[in-house]
Amino acid sequence: MKYADEFRDKTIAQGLARTIAAEIDPQRPYRFMEFCGGHTHAISRYGLEDMLPPNVRMIHGPGCPVCVLPAGRIDMAIRLAERPEIILCVYGDLMRVPGSQGNSLLRAKARGADVRMVYSTMDAIRIAEETPAREVVFFAIGFETTTPPTAVMIRLAEKKRLTNFSVFCNHVLTPSAMHNILESPDIRNIGRVEIDGFVGPAHVSTIIGTQPYEYFAEEFGKPVVISGFEPLDMMQSILMLVRQVNEGRHEVENQYSRAVTREGNLRAKEEVSDIFELRDRFEWRGLGLVPYSGLKLKQVYAQFDAEVRFAMNELRVADNPACECGAILRGVKKPVDCKLFGTVCTPETPMGSCMVSSEGACAAHWTYGRFRDHQLRRAS
Amino acid sequence: MCLAIPAEVTELLPDDMAVVSIDGVAKEISVALIEDLAVGDYVIMHVGYALTKIDPVEARRTLELLQQLSGEGRELQS
Repeated sequence: MKYADEFRDKTIAQGLARTIAAEIDPQRPYRFMEFCGGHTHAISRYGLEDMLPPNVRMIHGPGCPVCVLPAGRIDMAIRLAERPEIILCVYGDLMRVPGSQGNSLLRAKARGADVRMVYSTMDAIRIAEETPAREVVFFAIGFETTTPPTAVMIRLAEKKRLTNFSVFCNHVLTPSAMHNILESPDIRNIGRVEIDGFVGPAHVSTIIGTQPYEYFAEEFGKPVVISGFEPLDMMQSILMLVRQVNEGRHEVENQYSRAVTREGNLRAKEEVSDIFELRDRFEWRGLGLVPYSGLKLKQVYAQFDAEVRFAMNELRVADNPACECGAILRGVKKPVDCKLFGTVCTPETPMGSCMVSSEGACAAHWTYGRFRDHQLRRAS
Repeated sequence: MCLAIPAEVTELLPDDMAVVSIDGVAKEISVALIEDLAVGDYVIMHVGYALTKIDPVEARRTLELLQQLSGEGRELQS
C-alpha cells in the first residue's frame, strides 16, 4: 500500500533505534506519553518498545474513544435500543463494551434489541431512508477525527428532511483531555504521572492542525511531536522528542507533515463548529468529569439530538472496583498491574474498556506484549 | 477508532462522493470534507470519509529524512 509500506522498512527502523540509543543520556529517564490509541496499537504490534533503550519508556495515554466512554453512556444506549421503535446504529468497536452488570449492546441485540453495526455514518442515513416507520439513532463516538463525518451526516439528514433520524452524541476533544492529564488534582492525588513529552495524535491533527498543541508546549513546558501511525513515523517522533529533551526545548514539531498542517482542515472544522457546541463537562472513564471536553448538538439541531428527542436520562455507573482501567488510562499503572488482566478479563470477556478496543492498552498488551513478558520471565 | 488508511482517488462522483482504490480494492467514499480534489490524489480515509489529502512532496521529504536519521547512529558510534 503506497504511503504505508515505505514507512514500515525494518532496516531503517533499526537504524533509527541505533540513532536513538546513541543520542540518549543514560543517566536520565525519558517518559513519553503517546496520547492516541492508534499509536499504542502500533507500538505493541511492531514491537517498538523492544527497540528502545530501557530508560525510554512509553506511557499509553487515554486516546481511545471506546476506552474512555463511561459505562453509564453504554447503559443509556442500551436503554434506548430496547425501545421497540428504535434502530440503534453503532460502529463495530462499541458492540462489546461492558456497561453495568456485564451488559453490552451485543447482549441487548441477542435479547432482541435492533442494534446494527455500520461502517460509516452514511450507512445510518441509508437505513433511516429505507425504514421511515422506525426511529434510527446513530451512536456517535470519537475524537476530532470522527466528529466531522457525524457533522456531515447531520447536515445531510437535514437536507434530505429526514424526520426519523437522530444522533446520540459522545464526541470528545483531545486538547481538553491532555490538559486534564497535566493539571487535574484528581490525578495528583492518585499518583501523578511524570511525563517528559507527548507523541501527538496523527489523524486528529489532520483536522485540528498542530496549532492547538502550542499552548501545552508553552504553558507546561512539554515537547509535543505530532506523529504518523506507521512504525518509522513513531521511531522518528521518539528521536525528535529525545532531541528536544536533550536540548531543553519544548516545542510543537510535526513529523506527520505529509498529512498535517498548522491550521488543519478548515472545511472540516467549520462543519463541526456549525453543528456542535461544547458541553460544560463530560465524563471520561479514568479521568472523571472533564470540563469543556465533549460536544453536543446545537439547539437549532435539537430535532437530531437523541438525548433531547427521547428525553434520555444521564446515567452514571461505578466501574468494577477491581478494574484498573482508570489508572491505566492515566498511565499510572500498566495492564499487568491489574489482577483482572488475563485472568477474568480478556478480549473475549472484557471487564474493562481497555480490553475491548484493539487500541486499548490492555488489549494491545494481551495480543502482542504478553509474549514478551513470558520470554523475559523465562530468560530470568 | 481513529484508524485511517491511504487511498488513491480514481473517480469523482456527484454529491461530494468519489471512488477510491485501496491497494486495488475500489470503494465509494464521501469527499465532502476536501477541497480541490483531483483524480490521482491520495487521501487519508476514515469511516468512509476522506479527511485530508496526502502531500506527495512532504511524504518524499520525510522518507529522505528517515534515511538520513537512520544512518546517523552508526556515524556516532563509529
